[in-house]
Amino acid sequence: MPLFEARNVTKQFGRFTALDNVSISVPEQSIFGLLGPNGAGKTTLIRIINQITGPDSGELFLNGKRLSPDDVHVIGYLPEERGLYKKMKVGEQALYFAELKGLSKNEAMKRLKYWFKKLEIVDWWGKKVEELSKGMQQKVQFITTILHEPKLLIFDEPFTGFDPVNANIIKNEILFLRERGATIIFSTHNMGSVEELCDNISLINKSKTILEGRVDEIRKQWGANEYDLTFKGDVTIKDNNLFTVLNHQDDNNKSTVRIKTTENIMTNDILNHLMKVGEIVSFNPSLPSMNDIFIRVVRSQN
Amino acid sequence: MNKTAVIIKREYITRVRKKSFIIMTILAPILMAALIILPTVLMMSDRDKDFKKIAVIEDGSDLFKNVIPNTKDAEFVYLENVNVNDLKGTFEEAGYYGILYISPEVINIPNAIQLISKKQPSIGLLDHISGSLEKEIEKQKLLAYNIEDLDGILKSIRTNIDIQTIKIDDSGQAKETSTGIAMVLAYLGGLLMYMLVFIFGSQVMRGVIEEKTSRVVEVIVSSVKPVQLMLGKIIGIALVGLTQFMIWVILTVGAVAFVKGTVLKESGLTEITQNMPQNILSEDNIPAEAEETIEALSPEMAEFSKMFESALNQDWLLIIFAFIFYFITGYFLYASVFAAIGSAVDNETETQQFMLPVTIPIILGLMVAVGTMQNPESSLSFWCSIIPLTSPIVMMARIPFGVPAWQIILSMALMVITFLAFVWMAAKIYRTGILMYGKKTSWKELWKWLKYSA
Repeated sequence: MPLFEARNVTKQFGRFTALDNVSISVPEQSIFGLLGPNGAGKTTLIRIINQITGPDSGELFLNGKRLSPDDVHVIGYLPEERGLYKKMKVGEQALYFAELKGLSKNEAMKRLKYWFKKLEIVDWWGKKVEELSKGMQQKVQFITTILHEPKLLIFDEPFTGFDPVNANIIKNEILFLRERGATIIFSTHNMGSVEELCDNISLINKSKTILEGRVDEIRKQWGANEYDLTFKGDVTIKDNNLFTVLNHQDDNNKSTVRIKTTENIMTNDILNHLMKVGEIVSFNPSLPSMNDIFIRVVRSQN
Repeated sequence: MNKTAVIIKREYITRVRKKSFIIMTILAPILMAALIILPTVLMMSDRDKDFKKIAVIEDGSDLFKNVIPNTKDAEFVYLENVNVNDLKGTFEEAGYYGILYISPEVINIPNAIQLISKKQPSIGLLDHISGSLEKEIEKQKLLAYNIEDLDGILKSIRTNIDIQTIKIDDSGQAKETSTGIAMVLAYLGGLLMYMLVFIFGSQVMRGVIEEKTSRVVEVIVSSVKPVQLMLGKIIGIALVGLTQFMIWVILTVGAVAFVKGTVLKESGLTEITQNMPQNILSEDNIPAEAEETIEALSPEMAEFSKMFESALNQDWLLIIFAFIFYFITGYFLYASVFAAIGSAVDNETETQQFMLPVTIPIILGLMVAVGTMQNPESSLSFWCSIIPLTSPIVMMARIPFGVPAWQIILSMALMVITFLAFVWMAAKIYRTGILMYGKKTSWKELWKWLKYSA
């Protein structure tokens, strides 16, 4: 049973349709990538999951039960547009957010101490937020998101504003949270981190789901019949009845080519042909990056 | 803890802790008190402390011998057979402040009198001299008619009018009032209401904009409902306003007690003025001692202390209750509108297009309130004190003059209904507005937001 499920969610603002019959299913203890170009409807879906707005139609389930207002206590949300009260002290502010999530003051204090220590920002407890660097603020915000130990975490672009070192720290914390049982919905434009972190994805474009499934399966599927070749020196390679050339780059003494083979062609036949083209350095079945898939899917739809 | 309470607590504590709040709370009543008391104190101390001896010289007659009575700080010495020109150079050495030279033509030519001095004499002194002389000249002129028992007639016709205004409430209880004090109260009440609604209302707006621009709001509304956040903020700031108001009331009551207890007692004013209104003042029935004191008091001082007395006669309970009621409802009404505006914009400069229609009724209210001071019964004042958008300010200005109970009840009932409606509408706009970024909002847009479902 999935931990979270959205079924046929539709949301309109006036005449504009933000979400059109979108469904997602997030397995427990997994990281789920919610992808899509700007303005696709991701933020609207995330807000609906957080019950900031309600859907016009469709159903939402958490743990098999209909999502209820009390569930905000088991959901943690790190919005893309995030901020803190600038004039408020870091510690007070963290406590305030914890109390809003229903934690008692004592419990919140205990957990805050733990996390402030873990992310090495204890010294900043009494400082005003405006004195903190952006990365520092992001850490505070990250802590406030996970403090109430939510079952479902929603991170919208969690790595923006972090330097590579801190981004890595946060990445490891996210993986650690999953290990401890949390389920994570993760929205980003950074496809590299999708490949690294996500188990499943759903790609939304123009308010509709256009691609969904396990990341490894999607990549395999999109990479079927595609090969990456490297030749020594410049080569001339053309489409023929065996394959079509998708991409061809000539570098210094090296040519990189991606081909897509026609259905039901034996690899050896292709190799036979290619040997005549030039000296083959490498021949690999290609696994397209999520980045490529994203661009191709979205483009083909537009 | 209830989440709205958590929000109220934050809004309240972060504001009350601010230095600007503490300074304003303590300083404002001191400034106000200074503004009221300072002129009086100045008036009291304005009288020259120095005792003045003034030489009175008459040219060729003795019509005005010992006519000018001495006062607390001036003695008039009548010099006979002295030439003005001889004394002109030496009067200072002789210990005189100046020379009052009266020419015999004075009965016919009013400006035939000169006061020669080195310094500019005070108006009080001049008034005293001219008053005494006028009286004497009038007497002399009357004497010329050879009327029998002139003194007796004069004494019997001497009158002093002092209108006492007495307000009778429904239970028939009469209270001495002063139109002057009612005007001051009306003005203060209306102005204070205007300022509080504006100051704290726009604080709400700024708070909402701060949350929106710093993007805190999205985190918060994932934990609480937008309505809770909006109400929490409005209530929190209202409590700040009430705290401030209460401190002001306490400080004012303290200051008033102080003024009554010390300043007025010292000058012996209170006892005299308490008797004063009952009697028509005449020289006969005032003890000599008191007469002297009254003589020493400027009429403004007497007026002031009388006003002070009648200020204490105002229906303070009603005023304070009405003030708190209108503050809360008026504030809720406007603050929720301000919150809605704050939610619809991305920064403070954008608020202007929405501010104007909100400011107009408030400023209209203040203007009508000022007019109310002149004419509390005008139909404009009446309607503006009933219509909810202006009633908080205008009704506060009317109450010191006395308002029939049904009008207050009607006004308050309308106020409650309207403020609830405004809060409800504002909440709908707010809920959508706080999550909308980048787009410049129009009135049409706001109207659409009103109709969105949650």
